[in-house]
Amino acid sequence: MNTWRYRRQALFLWMCRALTLLALIILGSLILHIAKEGVSTLSLDFLHRFPSRFPHKAGLKSALYGTLWIMCLTALIAVPFGIATAIYLEEYSTKNRFSRWIQINITNLAGIPSIVYGLLGLTVFVRYLNMGQSLWAGALTLSLLVLPIIVIASQEAIRAVPNPIREAGYALGAHPWQVILCQVVPAALPGIMTGVILALSRAIGESAPLIMIGALSYVAFVPEGPGDAFTVLPVQIFNWASRPQVSFHAIAASGIIVLLCVLFTMNLIAVLIRHKFQRYK
Amino acid sequence: MNQEAPILKTEGLKISYGSTPAINGISIEIRPNRVTAVIGPSGCGKSTLLRTFNRMNDFIPNIKTEGQVWFRGQNMFHPKVDPVNIRKHVGMVFQRPNPFPKSIYKNITWGPTIHSYAGNLDELVEKSLKRAALWDEVKSRLHDSAFDLSGGQQQRLCIARTIAMNPDVILMDEPCSALDPKATARIEDLIGELRSRYTIVIVTHNMQQAARISDETLFLYEGNLIESGKTKALFTNPTKQQTEDYITGRFG
Amino acid sequence: MLHKHAKFVDVSFKGLLWLCIGATLTTTTLVVVILGTEAYHFFSLVPITEFLFGTHWEPLIEPRSFGVLPLVCGTGMIVLGSIAFALPIGLGIATYLSEFAPNWVRSTIKPTLEILAGIPTVVYGYFALTFITPILRSLFPETEIFNAASGAIVVGIMILPMISSLCDDAFRGLPSSLREGGYALGATPYEVVTRVVLPAAGGRIGAAVILAVSRAIGETMAVTLAAGASPNLTANPFESIQTMTAYIVQVSLGDTPVGGVEYLTCFAVAGLLFTITFIMNVIGSQLLLKTQWQSRS
Repeated sequence: MNTWRYRRQALFLWMCRALTLLALIILGSLILHIAKEGVSTLSLDFLHRFPSRFPHKAGLKSALYGTLWIMCLTALIAVPFGIATAIYLEEYSTKNRFSRWIQINITNLAGIPSIVYGLLGLTVFVRYLNMGQSLWAGALTLSLLVLPIIVIASQEAIRAVPNPIREAGYALGAHPWQVILCQVVPAALPGIMTGVILALSRAIGESAPLIMIGALSYVAFVPEGPGDAFTVLPVQIFNWASRPQVSFHAIAASGIIVLLCVLFTMNLIAVLIRHKFQRYK
Repeated sequence: MNQEAPILKTEGLKISYGSTPAINGISIEIRPNRVTAVIGPSGCGKSTLLRTFNRMNDFIPNIKTEGQVWFRGQNMFHPKVDPVNIRKHVGMVFQRPNPFPKSIYKNITWGPTIHSYAGNLDELVEKSLKRAALWDEVKSRLHDSAFDLSGGQQQRLCIARTIAMNPDVILMDEPCSALDPKATARIEDLIGELRSRYTIVIVTHNMQQAARISDETLFLYEGNLIESGKTKALFTNPTKQQTEDYITGRFG
Repeated sequence: MLHKHAKFVDVSFKGLLWLCIGATLTTTTLVVVILGTEAYHFFSLVPITEFLFGTHWEPLIEPRSFGVLPLVCGTGMIVLGSIAFALPIGLGIATYLSEFAPNWVRSTIKPTLEILAGIPTVVYGYFALTFITPILRSLFPETEIFNAASGAIVVGIMILPMISSLCDDAFRGLPSSLREGGYALGATPYEVVTRVVLPAAGGRIGAAVILAVSRAIGETMAVTLAAGASPNLTANPFESIQTMTAYIVQVSLGDTPVGGVEYLTCFAVAGLLFTITFIMNVIGSQLLLKTQWQSRS
């Protein structure tokens, strides 16, 4: 009787399935394409060489070290600020106009295009504070960029800590900082850690703000301190990908494989942390 | 009447949440080393009253407290009084067991540690767990997570954690409402054992429980104290009609 | 020992947290102040009407002209194209995951799609340049090496996980009584989705689109690599264009003297970019909050 309705239903279901499958195919072809293009030029030697004018001699050494430096410095700067802000907003602030305003401010900071952060870093850190094109300037810029991500993730983790745990702490005669630092934050730590790792993977994948502050793509040395000039993986990849020669595209793909491996490792760690502490939830 | 000095005393205590009144002028005295039960139907202000005694109500925004509350003759709401100090002497056990997500051992030692306890922690843990009648069940696994315990064991751990602070008063807010009858019986036995050392104030909506374990009973209704006195007298021979109606199950 | 001076630590701890809040406030202030002052300098050299309504963008080579419309048009093409690509797919995925998919499929596909959200934008740029563009060129031979279509598709792929997960949340946030009401009347899932679920989740889908648009506007490296650097006022998706973000990158890659008018253009363009994304983010997140409240009550 109602065959048309049922046919339409079946068609609709298949369409939804097909669209989902399409997204998976896109992801698959992205990974396969990059693997196909880049795997032939990928070698241990590739990781040990500095950049070069000749694609077959170019390598990732300085970019790898730069990324490592940037990741550590950014974590060092952004993590304490981010967690502290989250603690204040969740545990101390009353729901008044000021705290709501800060909350809106943080949500909006998370939505500012990364390139605007680049201009901010260029003006404040590179020019006004005279840091030059150093790791400091890069890490500070990226810290501002990932700070809202860390704050929002930490807030969610802290909010998920059941209130009876706080009550138990206060009922034992603890001061707020004791309840927060000894009970709430440890209970929220898996969630906070996951957020931090996601924020740092965002930081090491960013290239636009670092290009803005003048991260170089030809760095033939390993940075020895946070005052040195640097390059990072995505900037190096961008440089190679934007060249017209196809042979540079191949090593760009090899660089992407390395970058994705780093990111997947970090995400794996985040998943493992979540898994390990699941039973407390 | 008993001439012993009360350990907790309120006079004209009035509490409201915003514009909603919760307690309308209650004056009571709670005497040491007894079990005092606070009974009454839901929403009568039992928990609000209990939470006044260790100032846990401080965390509720828009709450207004008027009147006097004394702990050992000291005005608890005097501006110079630090609620943290009160909570050291007045411990609390909550409706649902709420152990910290840490080991059994650390659950007990945390309170004393933050108050710079100078004695031996191992001994303190053993003593507290023995008093809470939990030692034999957990002595071999003190460093396991407290979440591995059953609900009744968790609640006894929370009692042990409170005991470890060596408080004068232990407030219990319906401590058995989340437990099965067997675990409830164990907690009730435990309360009987603790009365010689501590003053216990227990909120319960279970009248049989109040009758079984308490020495004195306060009956609250809609924020007012209707009747108070020796449990036996109150349950066998109530003076007010409302009390009789409540304990005979005509409402509530 | 800290616990011995617990009271003092309490006060200092709170103060310390307060200072950290300052970091986020300072960032916002700095963004506004810096973009504001530099853009002010720019507009003292170039009239604001010429900037906003001029149709020719040639700030680096004499004779200079500073009409930002070609860049806005470039960005607009990327945004329209990417939403046109991502919204149907995202809605399809969200519908499938929330209404039809068995649990195990859902719990595998969701994290798999999250992978897309974690891939750096420069990787997407490379993918567009070396995979999407060649395909486009074989389908439409007149396609230029750098073209808007390729950039739009790749930005669409980037915002896809955002749209699908926000829409999925929107669908799952609806009370199940709503669907049950539809099914109880004998409606097919298609009818329930199109007549009950979609209208009820409309506000949240709108918010998702606004937030995704804002993401697409701010997208930089992928469009720089794929869509090119020629600020053309065109509607042909197979031509090379330049977005606002790509222009800023182009300037910073060259050796522009600090303080010159070329340098200042960056801030004017970034100011425009910031204003647009800021407004969209405020509208989007307010809409999310509001619709959340509606579904709760």
